[in-house]
Parts: sequence; C-alpha cells; structure tokens
Amino acid sequence: MSNTVDDLQAIADRVVAQAGAGEQIEAYVSRGGETAIRIYEGELEHFVSAQSEGVGIRVIKDGRTGFAYAGTLDPAAIAEVLADARDNVSFGTPDEFAGLAVPDGVAQIPQKFWDEELAGYPTDKKIALTKELEKLTLGMDERVRVDEANYDDGWGEVAVATTTGIRESGRGNSCYVSVSTLADDEEETQTGFGFSVGDSPKDFNLQKAAREAAERATRLLGAIKPPSKRTTVVLDPYVTSQFISILSSTLNGENVAKGRSFFAERLGDQVADPRFTLVDDPTNPLAYTATDIDGEGLAARRNVLIENGVLKKFVHSSYSARRMNTTSTGNATRGGFAGSPGVGCLAMQLVPGTQSQEELIAGVDDGVLIQMVSGLHSGVNPISGDFSTGASGMLISNGTVGAPVREFTIASTLQRMLLDIVAIGADVDWLPSRAHGLSLVIRDVTMSGT
Amino acid sequence: MSSRSNSPLIEPDVIAKVLAKGRSTGAEFSEIYVEDKRSTSAGLDDGKVEQVTSGRDRGAGIRVIAGETTGFAHTSDLSERGLLAAAEAAAAAAKQGDGGVHTIALQPVFRHPVNTIVQFPDTVAKARKVELLQRANAAARGVHGAIVQVSAGYGDSVKQILIANSDGVFSADEQVRTLMRVSVIANGDAGMQTGYNSLGHTIGFELFDEHDVEELAVRAAQQAITKLQARPAPSGAMQVVIKQGSGGVLFHEACGHGLEADLVGKGSSVYRGKMGELVASPLVTVIDDGTMAGEWGAIGVDDEGHASQKNTLIENGILTDYMWDYIRARKEGRKQSGNGRRQSYADLPMVRMTNTFVTNGSENPDDIIRATDKGVYVAKLGGGQVDTASGDFVFGMVEAYLIENGEITEPLREGNLIGNGPQVLKDIDLMGNDFAMGGPGTCGKDGQGVPVGDGCPTLRVKSMTIGGTAA
Repeated sequence: MSNTVDDLQAIADRVVAQAGAGEQIEAYVSRGGETAIRIYEGELEHFVSAQSEGVGIRVIKDGRTGFAYAGTLDPAAIAEVLADARDNVSFGTPDEFAGLAVPDGVAQIPQKFWDEELAGYPTDKKIALTKELEKLTLGMDERVRVDEANYDDGWGEVAVATTTGIRESGRGNSCYVSVSTLADDEEETQTGFGFSVGDSPKDFNLQKAAREAAERATRLLGAIKPPSKRTTVVLDPYVTSQFISILSSTLNGENVAKGRSFFAERLGDQVADPRFTLVDDPTNPLAYTATDIDGEGLAARRNVLIENGVLKKFVHSSYSARRMNTTSTGNATRGGFAGSPGVGCLAMQLVPGTQSQEELIAGVDDGVLIQMVSGLHSGVNPISGDFSTGASGMLISNGTVGAPVREFTIASTLQRMLLDIVAIGADVDWLPSRAHGLSLVIRDVTMSGT
Repeated sequence: MSSRSNSPLIEPDVIAKVLAKGRSTGAEFSEIYVEDKRSTSAGLDDGKVEQVTSGRDRGAGIRVIAGETTGFAHTSDLSERGLLAAAEAAAAAAKQGDGGVHTIALQPVFRHPVNTIVQFPDTVAKARKVELLQRANAAARGVHGAIVQVSAGYGDSVKQILIANSDGVFSADEQVRTLMRVSVIANGDAGMQTGYNSLGHTIGFELFDEHDVEELAVRAAQQAITKLQARPAPSGAMQVVIKQGSGGVLFHEACGHGLEADLVGKGSSVYRGKMGELVASPLVTVIDDGTMAGEWGAIGVDDEGHASQKNTLIENGILTDYMWDYIRARKEGRKQSGNGRRQSYADLPMVRMTNTFVTNGSENPDDIIRATDKGVYVAKLGGGQVDTASGDFVFGMVEAYLIENGEITEPLREGNLIGNGPQVLKDIDLMGNDFAMGGPGTCGKDGQGVPVGDGCPTLRVKSMTIGGTAA
C-alpha cells in the first residue's frame, strides 16, 4: 500500500514470527476511527467520536483452518487470540486446498487513499456544513421536511503479514454527507434521500444532495398503484448499481466451485445481451471501493467478467483459485479484523453506452422508470435466479415520463434479465457502492400492482 | 438471566468518576455502557468443517446528553484512563458550557429474570458443536439424491453488559444466545432451488436437548426439494394466507417499525397521531415482549439499563402505545418501555423491537385455508423492508403454495409480496388459534442489527400484491 503503518506491521510481524513447524499463520491488524454528526431542526442531535482496533489471526496446519479475533491490541489479548486460533485448527476437516495467499509478482497500482485536508478538517466546519445541507434541502420545496442531515467520516489503518511472505500495510480516510427527507401532502407522506461523497469535504456537492433528496420525496406524492402487466423497465443508475451488485455472488469463484452459481459450467456462453460488458476494476480511482490490495494482500487488478454478453471469467481468492486449478484474480474480500477472507467482486463497472437517460426513455413506448427498489434481500435469490423486488417510479408512455407509481413489484429471473437488456446508458454515476450505476433498459419484466 | 459471577466489569468507583466526567461540561445526563462478549462460531460447507472461530468483543460507550444534543464516544480501552478519555470526548461533543461537580448515587435496577441457563455454551467442548454441523449435513443429504450442497452454521455468544447513568441507574445483565442454521441446494431440471431453516434461543447448549438438529436439516432439505417442482408465483392482488410462526415478520414490517417512538416523534411514521384510533382489524392485537423466556429477542434489561417489559401496542385493532427509549420518553415526560437497544458498545441506543407478535384469534387454521377460493399460502416468510412514512412494505416468501378451491396445491417460486401497512392491518379478515413464534431474526435499523423474535397464528389478508411473474 502507499503508506506504511509501522506499528501495526510490527504487531502483525510478531504474531507471524511465532509460527511453528508446518504451521501457516496470517495476522490482520487494524485500527480506525469515525466521526458522525447528525443535525435536526438546525441543532446538533448527536456527535459521535470513536476509535476502535483489533486483530484477526488465521492458522492453517495439515489442511485444517482455525480463526480467532479480538477487538483490542492488548498484547495479552493477542496472545490469547493466537492460542484460540491454534486450538480451533484441530476441529477443521482437512482440505487439500486450504492455505494462505503467496506473493504472485503482480504489481500494485498506486492510488491515493489518504487525504490530509480531511484528516485535519475542524469539527465546527463539519457541523456547519451539515447544518447547511439541512437548510438547503428545506429550501428546495415547501412540502419537504428533513428527517435528519448527517456528516460521517472515518479513517483506518491496516497491516497484514503471513508466513508465506505477504507483508502489506496502509491507511485511508473518507467522508460523506447524507440527508433524509419527508414530503407531505394532506394525509400522505413520502420519503427521499440524497448524499454526496468525497476525499474531503471540499468535494461535497451539497446542492445536488439537497436537490435529489427533495425530488425523491416530492415526486412520489400522489403516486398510484399501477395495474399488473409485462412491461419494459428503465432502471435509474442508483437501482442499476444494486442490480449489478447482486451478480457478484454468481461470479464468485468459490460459489462456482461449490455449485452455488447458475453460471457454473457456462464460461464462453452468451449469458447476456451483446451490449453488456461487465468489468471488476478496483484499480480505477473513480470507483468508491477502489483499492490497491485485496483481502489477502495480493495486488488488486482489472478483470473482465462478461464481455459483449459472453461469460469470460470468475473472480477468485487464492483458495477458490486452487480449488479450480487457476490463479487468484486478487478478489479476496474481508470484513475487517473479525472475519477471515471470502471471495467477491470489488468494484463492478459496466461499459457505458452512448445515450442519456432521456434518450433511452424516448425509445420506450410503454414502460416504467424504476427509481427505487426495496426488499432485494428478501425477494432475490442469486442461486435460483428468481428476482422480485418492491419498486416505485414513473410510468413511461410514448417516450415520455408520466404519472408517479408506487407499491408494486417488478419480477423476472436474473438469467432472463441479463439477456433481455435492450439498452445501456452513458450516464455513469460513481455511487458509494461496490458497483457504479448507469441507466439500464430491460424488456419483458412483470410489474405486479392492482 | 442466571449469572455465574458477581464481579462487575468495571468497579463502581471508576463508574462514578466516568459519569461525573461526562457531566463536567454541564450536561444533565451521562451514561456508561460496558460490554464483554465472547463468541464461538463454526461453519460447515461442501462436506467440510471449514473453520471454527473464536471472538472477543469488549469495550465501553459513553453517552452524554445536554438539552437536545447527544455526545457519544466509545473505546476498547477499559482502563480508568481510557474510560475517562472517552467520557471527556463525549462531554465535549455534547456541550461546551459551564462545568460543575456532580455526585451520583448508583442504585441497582430490577432485572427481568428471562430464563435460566442450564449449560453455558462456553463450557461446552468445541468438538460437540462441530458434531452438530456434521449431523445436520448428513441428515440434509440423506433426504433426496437431488440435494447437491449443504452449508451449516453454529454460533453461540455470552455477553456481559453493565449500564450505569447519572440518574443513578446501575444495571447488569448476562445475555446468552445459541443458534444453528442450515442452507441446502437442490438441483433439478428447472435449475437450482434453495432451502433454509434456523433455530435460535436465548439459552445455552441445552437448546440441542430440546430441539433435534436432524429435523432442522431435514426440513430445510424438504423445502428445497419441494421447490424443484415450483411454478412461477402469480402476479397481482389476491387473498394471502400466512402460516403461524415466521408470519410475524408481516407485523414487524407492517406496523412494528412504525410504532417506534423515535420515528413517530420525527413525524416519519404513518401511525403518528393515531393513538386511540382503530388502525387495524379488530382481530389484531400486537404485543412487543422482551420478557418472553428463551425467545431470540428476550433481554433481562434493555441497553439503557431498563428492565424488559411486555407492551401491548395494538389491542383489538386500537392503537394503545408506541415503543420508547430514554430520550423519547424523557421528551414526552413518560416512562421508558424497555425498548432502548444497541448493536454493541460502539453504537448509540435507539428504539428497537424485542419479540413482536400477534395474539391468537379463534379460527382453526385448516378452516382458514378451506375458506379461501384462490390465493397464496405463505408457509415461510423471509425478511422484509418498510418505508415507515408511507407505510409501504415488502416481505419475501421463501416457501409458498397456491390455494385453489380451499386446498393447498402447487408450490411456488420465491418472490416478494408488497402492501401498505395500515391497509394490510385492516384487511386481515381471519385470525387462527395456532399461535407460534418463528425463527431467530436480526432487525436492521440505521445500520445497527439487533436480535429479534416474531410470531403469529395462521391468518388471512383479504388482498395483497404477489410479486411473481405468472398471469
């Protein structure tokens, strides 16, 4: 990583140095802090200031894996974590593919993850800009109330070391603002939100966050429940981002190896419309989840997963790669010190088309613009491919946006939706998600309403 | 819950100093929440025990309230120095004002005796925990040759908490949770289908004396096998019969969140201003009960040190109360209801549900199905999501069947159902007499997850929109 964190690296090194004969050890050590500010009706509702730290240790011996973690860097506690991880080894089933990542010579692509201006940004200015966001939002429309305006920032330092020669450390920080809105019209209330992210507060676009939060809430006032029918949907970039994120688990090499992906055995097949090219590229600095290393400490890299609709590649950690007799694609994921590595896409991006959302809508005779979805966790099954989600948005007729609609679902299967894509927008939005967004048009989706 | 040791996580004299430091900038309230949690989890996948994990989470959160402003800081350093530093940070965050000397007399708070732990999970050999996974794997795979993959997870935790505040509250609890889950994949001509089942209670390892791991796994496997024959779910509005147990999720989403006083107070609940009004069918009585022995949302005290309670929210269709935490109750000049909860020491408490359920009606569940000409029978609900301001909510059906002419016929593929909370509550026209609690749940709000329970008898909603694809 670009900046080394010597004291954490030393802790990780000390753990790894204790490895015995035939024992692989990985130590992951991290420390971080956060600030959270919430404004309500012009006043500071809460101010959270906090730091945390911890260590996770993985031990592998004779093909068996054990893991333990603790939310402290106290030396006695670290010794206890190592002892627990070693004890846990004996309960695993031997797995010939178990093992830590080995340095593969792929070079890291340097990126900037630390912003000095954010690190030194004064608290009173953070509070002031959050108040400003609330005020701007209230000024957008007299029907709009603000539920909460938030400022959040965080910093983190991490070091990882292994007996196989991985040794990486680094630090990063980031910040964002968000605002939740309510819009009232007689008995009816609708909700909205807006946000802005940046390397430092100077990057915030408060005006845009305020405008989007007001628009999202007010545009649904008076919305009706639409009739049920098969139709064409235009997904807003924010919705496309969530749709693309679901595909991560189907492209996950471990899921493929274990028979949990409907894409298993389909490399080289046409699985999506030829206009659809999906890339996982954490080396792109525009991506919110950009990184230079993966969860095992290997260099992050660009991987083309679906090209012109043809399935090209799955993403792998060192474990899933060994199982499938291939090499890691630098896609180990990690949820902090309390978790051992998994596999997943890191920064998903579609190759954009050439048309704006307006132009895409102009090409739709009869359809619906989907601006919000809900219940993706409860109505989408990435193993069977069944897709059903609550939705709200605007009806489209003869290429023009019409009445707002809510309290309906859209449904199809993931397999069909990929093949039913009819247009891809040029309107890339680098959202705070592991997938960017752009407008996506999909035909033959069932809308269920009245 | 029963406790094995009386030694406090932090000595009372240190607590008093920390609380006084919290008020040193003139704040009227300070609070310390200390947590020490030990957990064990084990996962089996693809026939192998992949990993046993041991975890230790320990730290303190200090909350200081000055007027309408809350300052909060947390630390994993439980030394007197570490705690005082956190208290100073929280105090500075809450108010830059006059200092003052405050003395606080701490009084032990009544703790609701939730249940007795027979066998603390941290005293059970890991080998016995791992063996459960292997038994579940074998049982699921034995159901049918079409079962192609099984993953099973075991988890337990013992969490000591201590809460003290400048009002003199001094409270402690020991929260024990033991859980098992099984996920199964079956492969058939029309692709893969999944089955899922879980079991979790606020008890120790005796959970597995009372419940059969094989039965848990077999049910998950049967669900996947049944769904291999499933046809696409219908699209559009129709009658929906919800089975006892997991159907409680419907009420968690349709009205539970909307009855949380923080959302009501900010005017972001469709139930605001409706106290005393008929908000549901007279068949509906909704209760939130943190005292339910052994249930997943059971707690001795909430995370603000208030003893858990049984609260009636809707009685025979009439809205009788919201759920309350310290801040909202103080603002309204009323008592807390034992619903102030937080995910961990690193989080601020807010109004949360515990075990939320609907009480029995009088109908035989079989009669409810017989009375339904054409509809959907939801045998197992998944998660859900609600917009509390509009009342629109969804929930997933992970096991569902068509009802035709009063009989359950074909299995259906997965999908969401969508409805509007107040409308759905009014549209409940039949309530069964077979009340049961569902499986263990995790409720998410504002980025924090807390364990909750849900339950209901079999019931019918006369119209809800099914989000399938079939005409």
